[in-house]
Formats: sequence, structure tokens, C-alpha cells
Amino acid sequence: MNMHTPLMSASPLVLSVEGLAKHFEMHHLNRTLFAFENVGFELREGEFILLKGENGAGKSTLLRTLYRSYLPRAGHAFYHTREGIIDLALAADVDIALLRRREIGFVTQFLQARPRVAAEELVAEPLRLAGTSYAQAIEEARRWLAAFGVKPELWAAYPSTFSGGEQQKVNLARALILPQRLLFLDEPTASLDRNARHALVSRLAELKAAGVAMIGVFHHPDDVADLIDREISLEVKTIADGENNVAE
Amino acid sequence: MKLDQLTKPWEAFSYGFLDQSAKREMRRRILKAIAIPGYQVPYASREVPIARGWGTGGLQVTLTLLKPSSVVKVIDQGADDSVNASSIRKFLRRVSSARETLDTMEADVIQSRHRIPEEKLREDQILVLQVPNPEPLRPVQPDMSEARIMHGDADYGQLWLTLYEQLVRSGRIMQGSSYPSMVNGRHVMTPSPIPRWDVPKMHMAANLTILSAGREKRIHAVPPYTRVEPLVFDDVPYRIEDHADKTCYRSGVTGFFMNELPQDDGSSSFEVSDSQYGVKHIRRQEGEPVTLGETYYREGRLER
Amino acid sequence: MTPASSMNAALERQPPRLMLADPILTMTGIEKSFGDVRALRGVDVTVYPGEVLGIVGESGSGKSTLLRMMNLEDMPDRGEYHLALPGQEDLNLFTLDRFSRRMLRARHIGIVYQNPHLGLRMNNTSSGNVAERLLMAGERSFAVLRARAKESLDASEFPISRMDARPSELSGGMQQRVQLAKAIALEPALLLLDEPTTGLDVSVQALVLDTLKRLQRERRITMVIVSHDLGVIRTMADRVMVMRNGDVVEQGLADQIFQDPQHEYTQQLVHAKL
Repeated sequence: MNMHTPLMSASPLVLSVEGLAKHFEMHHLNRTLFAFENVGFELREGEFILLKGENGAGKSTLLRTLYRSYLPRAGHAFYHTREGIIDLALAADVDIALLRRREIGFVTQFLQARPRVAAEELVAEPLRLAGTSYAQAIEEARRWLAAFGVKPELWAAYPSTFSGGEQQKVNLARALILPQRLLFLDEPTASLDRNARHALVSRLAELKAAGVAMIGVFHHPDDVADLIDREISLEVKTIADGENNVAE
Repeated sequence: MKLDQLTKPWEAFSYGFLDQSAKREMRRRILKAIAIPGYQVPYASREVPIARGWGTGGLQVTLTLLKPSSVVKVIDQGADDSVNASSIRKFLRRVSSARETLDTMEADVIQSRHRIPEEKLREDQILVLQVPNPEPLRPVQPDMSEARIMHGDADYGQLWLTLYEQLVRSGRIMQGSSYPSMVNGRHVMTPSPIPRWDVPKMHMAANLTILSAGREKRIHAVPPYTRVEPLVFDDVPYRIEDHADKTCYRSGVTGFFMNELPQDDGSSSFEVSDSQYGVKHIRRQEGEPVTLGETYYREGRLER
Repeated sequence: MTPASSMNAALERQPPRLMLADPILTMTGIEKSFGDVRALRGVDVTVYPGEVLGIVGESGSGKSTLLRMMNLEDMPDRGEYHLALPGQEDLNLFTLDRFSRRMLRARHIGIVYQNPHLGLRMNNTSSGNVAERLLMAGERSFAVLRARAKESLDASEFPISRMDARPSELSGGMQQRVQLAKAIALEPALLLLDEPTTGLDVSVQALVLDTLKRLQRERRITMVIVSHDLGVIRTMADRVMVMRNGDVVEQGLADQIFQDPQHEYTQQLVHAKL
């Protein structure tokens, strides 16, 4: 496990991925869809990695595999916690659930809309679960809703009734309000208006400065050009089993 | 030795009407009921020459308890002179040679329907109550087997729930008689259809009370000096009937359980329900040497 | 199959390392047969404090039988059941006698049935249904009973103005709220939900699920929810167990089960839904 001795000057390691592979068995089609194989990289505190590759190279799939929405098929993803090193590829479901609550975030453009919870409460929730007082959490939530350009008259309304664009802003505010240690960013800027995109990028810069490690897929990488430390390219995999199987 | 020396002479019926084996069974059931206060003990319930539902349970207990030197009193809703009470009393005398009495203080055994006398019973007296329905859980659990399991578990939540419901719907507890009561902190019993006025008399009473349901074939008992606590919420006190200030129009006594007599003008007058207690008062007023016993209630308040 | 067959099986997951809390519920090797039918074939279940476990499967999969065992209503032929309860000795609950099982259930386990007739006394008041739970636990103050029934009904988003209506006078959704209020009245260690919204109108179903979510969020009640409705499970569960013919075919985080089902049966279920 200790094969990646950090350099003296480098920031502490957050994630070290080795030989990670993912493919999908489609039993009803009797087919296997290959996503990626043998992916390896390291991610340190405050580092920002851009995932590159053509459509179908498995960029989103990689993020979801690391977040464990998808189950990896081979390899390791050693995550360095305060309690020690844990392999995200093999960790128990409850451990993953715990990490998701405490230190690993996933930011996407889609909101899991929940009826009858006010926008500001939804955004404040991660802070409240982390022990912040109600008043403070709501104040912070309002600050971020404002920063992302959600109009004050919507703060106390239910996001399930919002337009797609407004929902996305609420979702981003919620996903980014609590500083995590590791953030997966799955095209968070897609279809955001200019102001909201600006707010997002400045929040990401703030988080990066605070030491949050990030790895993301961006439709327009120019948005975050100033943040990028390194790029990783994924290539479309075609493994011969007679069919042109690729992940979507 | 001849056979007639070994056997008793022929008789038309056994002493005390019930045959020896029936009385033996009764005694055993009564002992068990005393041993487990409030627990309903099943028994065979023989035929007696009155109809089921007219006091056959009480009658069988009384027949078992009597001996020729006993003194017996029978009351029906407080009255010694009702047809039913008189018939039972007369029957008891004929089959046991026991002496009849109307005076509570004089009786060894008191068989009663729906009342407990106002004069305090002593350790040497036995009260036999006739019980139509011995099962307090029947309104909430019609299945007797289930009800027995609930008693076994002391599972009285549903019974409490009926009291809760009465308070919610009526603002007060409507249960007028047969008020479910916890005996010795363990079994809830129905104290037979005595009024709420009488239930506290059973608590830590000096006498033995035997409750017997002939039709339902169940006996339960409250031994002397046993806790009998009506089920009440901590913050809703147990209430007896408002008879404390009523005066009997015949005897002039005040502060006892009364029968209400509606008058033609729409008002009511009252007479004391324990008829012989009223009679004793009248006799005393007329100058007869009558001894009045100590009562459970004094000036309408329970003596503790 | 393909050259990749060596890695066909998903990676074996490790035992928990970061989750320091002990499981609140542990069932091991649960077997049960009804005549020739093997309803449960050696099922293991683990539930951690504060999480929502969803059990999904078609009728006959054994999911409801398993839930009844969690409620100590039904006993297996073989297997153990442990609940971590404060101040309670840890023992196999299936070895308890009937009385102890009843006491444990009354004090520590809440349940909401699909059929409100199983969970409610239809001719008592709604508040009385909730109060009975408290009465069984020994509460004897009428004022406290009223207050706590009210609080519990309110938490279940039941209209307080109707608290003394009979469940038989209420709609299906409201009946489920009374069941819920009754189930949470004693702050149970475990809340069991057996198809709690099946048979309700879709809009009513959403409202009831929303109440359950809110309660879970605010009180961190540990829940086990059984449903054949994937939508319900997806809304409610943190982790999901997929059952079929008395076996657990797959379990995992809810998003993983729905986005990357491994087992053929789960894939069929998920795709049939989508």
C-alpha cells in the first residue's frame, strides 16, 4: 500500500488509483460493455485534475466508479483518511456511505429533488448534519444561494417546483457548501448561465485553496483553466469480443 | 359388620344440596382463587334449582361454605326482601339448617347481588358476590383463550385504552359498575356489577370476598387485606357516585348509596340502598335497642 | 464467456473499517420453510444505526416473512437475530419466550403495515391508537398521553384537528400516518415499514414517503422498508437488498443497485422499471 511515498515537497496524498477497471455485464443482452481498464493516477490535497477523452472514453464512468455508484471490476483506489488508508474499490458499503456523508462529494448537474423541503434548508442540510447551528447554517446557505444567483424570493420555496437551471444552482450550492476532502465534478457547469458559472468557479478556487482535492469532467474546460494542475486522458477502449462495445 | 353400619342412612339429598364431590371441587377452586387473588379459576358449575343467571355461581359457593351453625344473609341490589333474595335465603336454610338473618353484623356468610353492605365486614365474615360476567377483558377481547393469555402477560393496555377513549369522548369515565380493578397489583378483575361507590370497600378489606359466575363457570377471590385498585389515570381521580349529600326519605340517614325514586312532579327522592341498614336506623329512632355497625363511609366520605 | 470472465464477478467487498458503530440489527442464517416451500434460504442481514435498508423483491421472495421475523411475529426454522439495545443483554432474540418477545416489540420496535387493519384499532380514536403504545409502556397520566399522542401525530404530519377521529373514518393516507405515529411514539430503535404506501394514490404515496424521509432526516431513525415498488425503495433507502425465492441475490448502496446492478435478476427488475 505504501508504494507511493510522497515527495517531501508535495502535498499529502488523497487518492491513489491503480489498475482500476470497469465494465458492465448486460445479462439480458448477453453482452459486456467495456468502460476503462488499467487506470492509475494520484491526487494530492489541493490538486485539480481534469479528465479528458472523447465521448465514450468513460470519463463520467470513472468518476462514478470512484464514488462507487458503479462497482469496479479490478484495481484499487486507495483513499487516505485521517483514520488510515481505505480502498474505495473494496470498502464496505457502510464505509462508503460514511465517507460520502463526511468527506467525499459528488457534484453533478442533476438534483435529487425532494418535495416540500425549502431551497435554503436543502442547501443548509450538509452543514446541519456536520453540526452547525440552524441559524448559522441557514445564513451560510442564503449566502451561497445568492452567490449562485438564486433570487431571494425562491429561497424559502420548494426546489421541486423550480426550472431546471434554478434547480441546478440549488444543487451546486448544496454540494459545495461543506468543504469536503475529495470532490468529483461531473460536468457541473453544463447549461449554467454566466453568473452562476462564475460563482461556481470562484467557489471551486476557494475550495482548492483550502486543500480540497478535485477531479472532474468539464464540457468547456476553459471555464476552469486556471484551476487545472494536471490532465488525464482516457482512451476509448475496444476489446475484441466481436462487438463494438463501449460505454455510453 | 354389616353394610348398614358402614353406610349412612338414605337421604333425599346431600347436606347443603350439593353432593360431596361437588363441594370438594368448590373448596379446591376457592382455595386456588384465594391463593391467586383476582385470578379466574374455572370450575364445573353444577345444576342448582334456580336458573343460570339468577345467582347460581354465588349459590354454589354459599352452599359449600354453610354448616348447621352458620348465619346467612342474602341481598339483591342491597335489599333483603326482594323475591330472589328471599327465595335463595329460604332455600339455603332448608338444605343446611343455617339460620337466616337480615342484619349484616350478625351474618357469617353474605351472598349478594350487585352491592356490598354499608356496615364494615369483619375478618370472620365472608362476602359471596354473584357475577354475571367475570371477564374484564371481554369488551376488548371476545376470544377467551386470547384474554387468558393477556391476563397471563398482565397485558392490560387495551383496557386502559377503553378508559382513555371514555375520557376523550365524554370528558369523564363512563364505566358505572363493574369497574375494572387491579387485585394485589397483578390481575385485573371485574368486581361484579357493584357501583363505583362499593369498589373502594374491597381495598384492604378485613373479610374474604368470593366472586362466582355460575353461567361462565369462573371463581375469583379477594382475600382479606388485599389491595384492590380501580384502574385510574394519575391525573384523573376515581369518582364515586354523588350520593354523599342525599338523604333517605324513610330512615333519614345521609351519606350512603341511595336508590333514586323519580316522583310525579319530576323531582327525585332517595332511599338508602342497603335496606336493612335503613331499617336498623328506623328501629333505633323508634327506641329499639339496635346496634349499628361501623361503616365504610362516614358522612359520605370514605373512612380510611 | 469472454476473456474477461475471470473478472466477471464484482470485487469482494471488505468488512467495514471506518464505520465504528456496531450494527443495530444482525440476522444470520435465517431459514424458513412453509411445507415444501423454502421461504428463506439462509439469509443474513446487517443494519447500522441511522440507516435505511430497503428490501426489494416480488411477492414470494421472502421479504415480508423476513420483516415479520424482525418484528418477532414469526420465527425461523434456523438462524439468529440480535438487536443492539441500550442496557440490554445481547442474545439471540429468537430464543426469547413469547412474553419477552412481546415486551421487546412493544418497547423497541415500531411497524407500519400495508394493511392498516393489522396495525390499528379501527373503532378507537386515532389518538387512542397512539396512546395505547404509551399505555403498554406504563404511562398513566392522561395529560401526558394526550400530549405525547398529539406530538407523535404531529410529527407524522397528521392533522391534529382530526386526532380523535376513528381510523375507519379516515383516508388510506391518513391511516398510514396514524400507524406511523403509533410506531414512533416510543422512539423505537427500529422502524419497520411493510409496503407502507402500496395501495395509496400516487400523490398520497409521495406525501407519506416525504414524511418518512423527513422523520428519518430529523430523528435518524433506523428503518427497514420492504416493497416491491422500486420507486419507493429508491426514494427511501440508503442501502438495498434484492431478494428472490428466499435468497438475497444482491445488495449494495442504493445508487449502485439502481445504476449498476450486477445480478441478472436485478438488471431485469431495474430495467423493467425504467
